[in-house]
Order: sequence, then C-alpha cells, then structure tokens
Amino acid sequence: MQVKAKPIPEIVPGARHPMEKYLRTDRIPHIWCSGCGLGTVLGNFLYALDELGWDPDEVAVVSGIGCTGRIAGYLKLDTYHTTHGRAIPFATGLKLANPTLHVAVISGDGDLFAIGGNHLIHAARRNVDLTVVCVNNFNYGMTGGQVGPTTPLEGRTTTTPFGNFEHPFNLVHLAASAGASYVARWTTLDGRRLQKGLVEAMAHTGFTFVEVISPCPTNYGRRNKLGEGLDELRYYAEHAVIRHGADPKEAEIVPGKRFIVGKFVEVDKPTYHEMYAAKVAEMGGKK
Amino acid sequence: MPPKATLSGIHFMNGDEAIAEGAIAAGCRFFAAYPITPQSEIAERLAWRLPRVGGTFIQMEDEIAAMAAVVGGAWGGQKAMTATSGPGFALMMENLGLAIMTETPCVVVDVQRGAPSTGLPTAVGQGDMMQARWGSHGHYEIIALVPSSPQEAFDLTVRAFALSERFRVPVLVMTDEVVGHMYERVEIPDEVPVAPRRRPRVPPEEFIPYQPDPDLVPPMACAGEGYRVHVTGLTHDERGYPDMSDGAHDRLVRRLAEKVLRCRHEITFYEEVGLDDAEIAIVSYGISARVAHGAIARAREAGIKAGMFRLITAWPFPDERVRALADQVKGIVVVELNLGQMSREVERAIQGKVPLVGVFHAGGRIHTPDEVLAGIEEAARCK
Repeated sequence: MQVKAKPIPEIVPGARHPMEKYLRTDRIPHIWCSGCGLGTVLGNFLYALDELGWDPDEVAVVSGIGCTGRIAGYLKLDTYHTTHGRAIPFATGLKLANPTLHVAVISGDGDLFAIGGNHLIHAARRNVDLTVVCVNNFNYGMTGGQVGPTTPLEGRTTTTPFGNFEHPFNLVHLAASAGASYVARWTTLDGRRLQKGLVEAMAHTGFTFVEVISPCPTNYGRRNKLGEGLDELRYYAEHAVIRHGADPKEAEIVPGKRFIVGKFVEVDKPTYHEMYAAKVAEMGGKK
Repeated sequence: MPPKATLSGIHFMNGDEAIAEGAIAAGCRFFAAYPITPQSEIAERLAWRLPRVGGTFIQMEDEIAAMAAVVGGAWGGQKAMTATSGPGFALMMENLGLAIMTETPCVVVDVQRGAPSTGLPTAVGQGDMMQARWGSHGHYEIIALVPSSPQEAFDLTVRAFALSERFRVPVLVMTDEVVGHMYERVEIPDEVPVAPRRRPRVPPEEFIPYQPDPDLVPPMACAGEGYRVHVTGLTHDERGYPDMSDGAHDRLVRRLAEKVLRCRHEITFYEEVGLDDAEIAIVSYGISARVAHGAIARAREAGIKAGMFRLITAWPFPDERVRALADQVKGIVVVELNLGQMSREVERAIQGKVPLVGVFHAGGRIHTPDEVLAGIEEAARCK
C-alpha cells in the first residue's frame, strides 16, 4: 500500500547537527534527493566515528564517483573524491603509505562492484586494513537510473526498459568469498544497528565490508513503483530478517521476498601491512 | 643506524635497474605496479630493495589500480612511483588525469615497446610519445623526460621526482626497451638531493588547500597532518570544493597548464652536439639518439656537416630552440621509432622554414647508422 508522504518539516532556525564537528557545514545543503538514504548513512557514519573516539586528524575517507561518492566531500576530515571505481586502490596506497591512518571507503554499488569490482576482490583477498561501506540502491542514481550489478531480475531502469535480465550480485557473499574479515549488511532503517556495524567494522583490523541497503525513490523506486523513500523503509521493516552468522550464500535479495541482514563474517587474520612489516623485520630492515 | 639507502658508487646495470635505484636515491618510498615486459626489472628490483629502506612495494591487480595507489601513496605523504609499458600506460591514463587535476606529485615510467596493442612485448618502440602528451582526457600540460642511457635513466628519474615536487604534477620517464635492458656503467653519487614537498606554511584554520603560491603551485597538506583537506577530481575552487561553473573550470585548467609552461626554462633540457657549424641537424631522443649520434661522424666524413639536437625533455617541447635551429641549418632530420610523433612538434616549431626528413621505423629494432646517414644525405640534397 502506498502512503502519501508527509510534508517536509520547516528547517528550525539556529538548529545544529549534533555531529557538526565532523561536517563541512559550509557545503550543506547536500545534493541528495528527498527520500534518499545517503543522509542516514552519512549521519550514522558520523555517530560511529564519534563512538570510536579516534582523533579525526587520523581518519581519511575515500570515495569513488556517484551519489554515494559525494559523502566524502561533506566530511571535515582528510577526504578524497577519486575516479570512478578506483577508491579502493587509492585507499590502499594511502593506507600503506601512512599505516597510522584509519581509512574508510564509502561508495556505491555500481562504483564498487561494477567498474571497481576487480579492486574490491583483490583488496579483500590481500586483507588490506580498510573499511569499505557500500551503499546499495540497486541502480546508478547519479547518471539517471541505469541498470547496475545489484539491480534485481526484472527491475526497470533506464537501460533495462523491458525489465532486467542480468543476474545480480549478492554483495555480502561476494565480499565474504573474496576474503573480507568482517562482513555485515544493514538497511538505512536500522539506524543504531548500522552505527554499531560501522563501529565494529572500523575497529576491526583488516578488510571489512558493510553493505547498506538504501532507497533511491527518484530513480529506482519510481520506475519500480516502490513509492517514496518512506515506503521503501517500510518495505525493509517488513522484509529484512536479522540473522547473525547466516551463510552469506543465503543472503540474496529478491523483490517481494524476505532478505537477511546482520553480521555474516567476523574473523581475525593478518593484514597485508602486518605481514609486510613482519617480512621487513625478519630481514632486519625498518618499517 | 639504518643502512644507507642510496647505492653510491660505480655499477654495471641496465636502464631499468638504474631507474629503480634513481627512485630510491630520490627518496621514493612507495611503488605500486603490475607486471609487464619490458618493465619487470624495475618492479623486481624495487620489490627487493624497498622493504630494506623502509619503503612500500605492492603489486596491484592491474595498472589502473597501480596508478590509483600511487596517487593515494603520494597523498599518504610518500614520494611515489609506478612503472609500466604501453598497454599498461594506456590503463594509467585515467588516474594520471586525477593526479594532474588534484596536483599530485608522482613519477610514471613507461618502458616503451612495439605497439599498437600487445604489439612487440619484448622489442623496442617509441610510439607512446603522443600518448604521454595527450593520453588522458582534457587539456593539460605534463612533463616527460627521455633518457638515452642507463646513466641518464638514473639521473632523469632523480630529476623527475624533483620536478614533480616542484610543480605538483606527475612526471613521466619515457624510456624504451633498449635503454631499459642495456647494461652500462652507472655512477651513483655519494649524496643525491631529495626534493622537499611544498608544505603549508600556515596552521590548518588558515590553510586554503588550492590557493597557489605566486608561482601558481599550491602547498600540499597530506593525510594525517591535521589540515583535513578535501581533494577531488571534480573542478574545484581554491578551498578544494567542487565548483561546476565555467569560470572556475577555465581558471583551474589555465592555472594547471600555466604553472608548467611559465617555467619551461626550468624543465626543458636538451643536448646539442656539433651544431655550431652544422648544415643538417638531427633531432632525436632516447635510444634513437644513440644510433643517430654514430651517423654524425660518418656524415662529416662524407662532407656533410651534421650535428644533433637531442631531446632530454620531450614535454614541454623546446619550441623556441627548435625554431631558432631552423634559422641556423639547411635541413632537419628527425629520427624516432614510430612513424612520426615528435617530428610533428618539430614541424610545428620550424614552420616550414627548412626541409624536414623523417627517419622512421615502427619499432622492433633500433635504426642502423646507415638509415640515419641516408636521411642526412636526403636532407642535404633538399635545397
């Protein structure tokens, strides 16, 4: 059932975001559409950062291109808005050049899994100490709503006008298979759970991956009659099932069916940098 | 005390190894690459050497990733380099553009081989000279150096790092398979000056990341230094914030070009051999210049006063000097292992004042002195 969206409340004069210290407030308002989930992801990331208590000067955020790619530019940190799909190799260089940094990559499903898919699997395989947050909205929003690597079968997009006939990726299964040492999935409805997931992922040493299912009412939602952003959140409430430790293989997302969220993988294994440093120490060098 | 990083002394090494040692001597402590012939000796040597000098070596999943990692490594505070050959150079063009737009100092080595496509993986070519100039999208200026011996490969790699830090621009070392694989004497000095990165001179709250110094180059704050800089490949204003106006775009693209062009006298190097009395000037570079050099004496024995203008910097091209050359000689011979790339620049500079003869070969082998001599004789016949 489609519910009529409530009018947007007036901006309260003088109101400030509680996490403003991490924001480039001179860049607000952001570019995202009404009903988009990216504001929620950004907000949760800020609260997670605050909970971690890290020195913000030691945190760097790297993004690729697309709607999600714009998150980096609103953060008052060392932020890098790179090329399409290349956030992960850029972040790999940044982290290895300065291992004291905490480096997070925040980007979209098309950026990280289509054009950047090769980089993601190799960074996961190497266990580079990065946190990758993938905001999955099932299409390319920035460019007008084209089919992406996560678009469900039969999904309508501007480049699948007769319905999608490409099988989509199951991102948590892919990340887990490639070797990620922490894998979780939440939706933008799961505010606190998402925040906790981000804290866990960033605090975990190694390649960590958090998928965030997020509405795109302007493009994917509209073409697939999913309603407003709020309706998509209602859909998550009715279909998402929390099952920690579930087999990532079972985490496919099929429209109209229940899908699994939660923490799928949490293992400790040595990172690229730790093993590199150990080899250097063996040889009596310094690093 | 850690062992000295620079391998000072006299060595017998090939051009690829000399490039690796040049990088270490210049302070490079981050190298990312993907295997490709005839570059492998650079990567293999750095895989062996960098961990011993506190540096990072990583073999990435492809050249796109290698170039992205190098740009990231530079923002992580290191002097960073990658090395490749034609097919990989093509894949690096995307993030080379990112380095240009974000003003990231780094060095990219292209050991050129026979091309297009997979071409001749193990044999020489000089067909990437225009890719070096215009390979990434958009309008920009770039610096490209062309060594013609292992010694020069060392020296120019050191210089490449200095220029990249000075101008905050990626610098290309456009060598070739023969220079890369040729073993010669390489002398590494006791001390090699390490070019400093231009650092902010004000505290973070006063720092404007893309506000240039009077020479149009802005100071650079790397990650973790407390400056919290936003860096984007989008057109940006002096704060580093995206600005989608045509005015901001024109201003930025012009500054990026101008910061290089206005200092071309600091960047554009060349060598002149026997040009004082020359009637015919050879213009060449890299391994082709080595062969052409041998033809000068033979031309003079045959009664043709030949000399050589050897490019050490290919880009920016030495327009003024080549233009002046056209007033000085009766003919110009361009020798290169492609079917005419740098010769187009020579043509542009000399504006038809004197005849130009191209001694071209598509690659796979170097020229013979006979071929160069024939070109000199042909130029001497043109009146």
